[in-house]
Amino acid sequence: MSIIDAVRAAVKSGTGLGAGLRGGPGGVPGSRPGAGASAQAKRRTTRVGLWIASAFLVVLALATVAPWLFTTADPLQTDVAHALQAPGFGHPFGTDQSGRDVFARVLYGSRYSLAIGFGATAIGLLAGLVIGALAGVMNRLGDGVLSRAIEVIMAFPEFLLALIVIAVIGPGEISLLVAVAIAVIPAYARVARVQTLVVKRAGYVEAARTLGVSRVTTVLRHVIPNTLGPLLVMATMGVGTAITAAAGLSFLGLGPQPPTPEWGLILAGGRNFLATAWWIAVFPGLVITATVISTSIVGRSLRARAAGRAA
Amino acid sequence: MTVTAPRSTSGSALASGAGRVGGMVVVVWGAATAGFFALRLVPGDPVDAMLGVNANVSEQVRAHIREDWGLTQPLPLQYVEYLGRLVRGDLGTSYRLQQPVVDVLGQQLAPTVQLMGLAMVIALVLAMGSALLARGRRMRGLLSFAELFAVSSPTFWTGLVLIAVFGFGLHWFPVVNSEGFAALVLPAVTLAIPVAGIISQVLRQGLDAASVMPFADTARSRGIGHARLLFRHTLRHAASDSITLTGYLVGSLLGGSVLVETVFARPGLGQAALDAITNRDIPIVLGIIVLAAVVFSVINLIVDLAYDVIDPRLRAESSHRGA
Repeated sequence: MSIIDAVRAAVKSGTGLGAGLRGGPGGVPGSRPGAGASAQAKRRTTRVGLWIASAFLVVLALATVAPWLFTTADPLQTDVAHALQAPGFGHPFGTDQSGRDVFARVLYGSRYSLAIGFGATAIGLLAGLVIGALAGVMNRLGDGVLSRAIEVIMAFPEFLLALIVIAVIGPGEISLLVAVAIAVIPAYARVARVQTLVVKRAGYVEAARTLGVSRVTTVLRHVIPNTLGPLLVMATMGVGTAITAAAGLSFLGLGPQPPTPEWGLILAGGRNFLATAWWIAVFPGLVITATVISTSIVGRSLRARAAGRAA
Repeated sequence: MTVTAPRSTSGSALASGAGRVGGMVVVVWGAATAGFFALRLVPGDPVDAMLGVNANVSEQVRAHIREDWGLTQPLPLQYVEYLGRLVRGDLGTSYRLQQPVVDVLGQQLAPTVQLMGLAMVIALVLAMGSALLARGRRMRGLLSFAELFAVSSPTFWTGLVLIAVFGFGLHWFPVVNSEGFAALVLPAVTLAIPVAGIISQVLRQGLDAASVMPFADTARSRGIGHARLLFRHTLRHAASDSITLTGYLVGSLLGGSVLVETVFARPGLGQAALDAITNRDIPIVLGIIVLAAVVFSVINLIVDLAYDVIDPRLRAESSHRGA
């Protein structure tokens, strides 16, 4: 009986599908422990995973700020004598067609990818929060118009939406950031709206209104802070999607231009040498995957904590 | 979910059907309108997009071309004319190819639909396989990591890895730009991997929930096996969660096809979109926006109807949702 209850609770806490989904790959509710699974063992493996993921993200953050900690090679220094060398001691990820060190390029590239990933997520979250909160506190007509607008935009897959934005504002590094940010706004706006509607009916908001606190102050002091929590959890997992989307756009040649060491761009460069030098394309992709997995794991753990607190 | 008492519904079913179609029209109209005005902001002269930036044409000829294309009319009038053509199924003419947008997109539709269709089949097979294999703690741990990996790895990377391994390494599949089914396999697998990961996660969650229901206990007490329990009982129960995903999945397939078609140098809608964007061929971009909105609306309508068929409890409620 207790096992059944545990599974039911787990399944229940994992819902919120529609909202989480657009948040990205990690937004899909994780697999739940099986009916026969030992909870303690599960917790242990989860904790190990969380440690590995956090450690990876810390290393990545360090590489963003100080890539020279990990490599002495220059990401732009060409060395034709050592072109297309397989991974080895001198070059852990090998060298590319111009003899540049792929490991150094990937390390220096984390700067672009993380800046765009976190930047776009932050912009998307803030804009989504404002739009969603507005829709939540507006009258029926205003809410209806905003909700419909969000619905129309959400008809487009995020990646297609980012492409369309690039079509309007033109390619480039800043465009990449803006395009990814705009593409993720509707998902945050929708969750913010629903959360605002919930918070609006809470006792403390009613109390504040009764005490004569103005509408604007109520929204700023009570509604928005209490809407932020779920959005932040969603954003942790959204960073991974944003990084993948940005790398995909620059893989298509719509972001920074060569020889910038950006992950998607390094990958695109390696595409022409797949038969002879697989390492140029494989390692940056592996790092992207590891980054997205890590942000998903950390995000899930945050969500589980948030759910535990709410229960 | 509140289940209201069943009522006689022939009238309200009709009304909710009308509401749904109305909702579809609003989504398509909204997308077309937003696209129309947003794409006016694209910098540069449309004549450059038509002739190429380096074309040496006198200002007089340029003015003449603008006149011909109706680009000198006031914007509201252009918008009304655009809507009028849209209603008749005319998406305009491509700046660069000088062909109707409907024809251009029509030519690219088949390769993309083939790719997405095969990808969906592969994804379902993979997800079912993982549902069948999911027994025991170790296996489940392994599978859930595989799912996480599948949804986290970018398609443009998995595509290149598959080419490197199965194309250049093992020579099982042709590498670039060939016709036929063999050339479709690797792109479809690439596109299927993240989708399989998502379906698998949601399906397993639904199956776990269903497997502790009383009817599953009853079935097990009759000595039924894991596979039979899955196929005869719990799968049907879990299916409704996965259906909710369909719209999202078709969308992500559509978005993913841009990258997959680029990686494998295949023709298709994704390539058409990318070409149009880099060449500022605005009518094509707008056509793709409208097409995506139509696809989304139709899928949502089908999903809604599928719900009504699968779960009779929702029939009474649907009249509220349709509003």
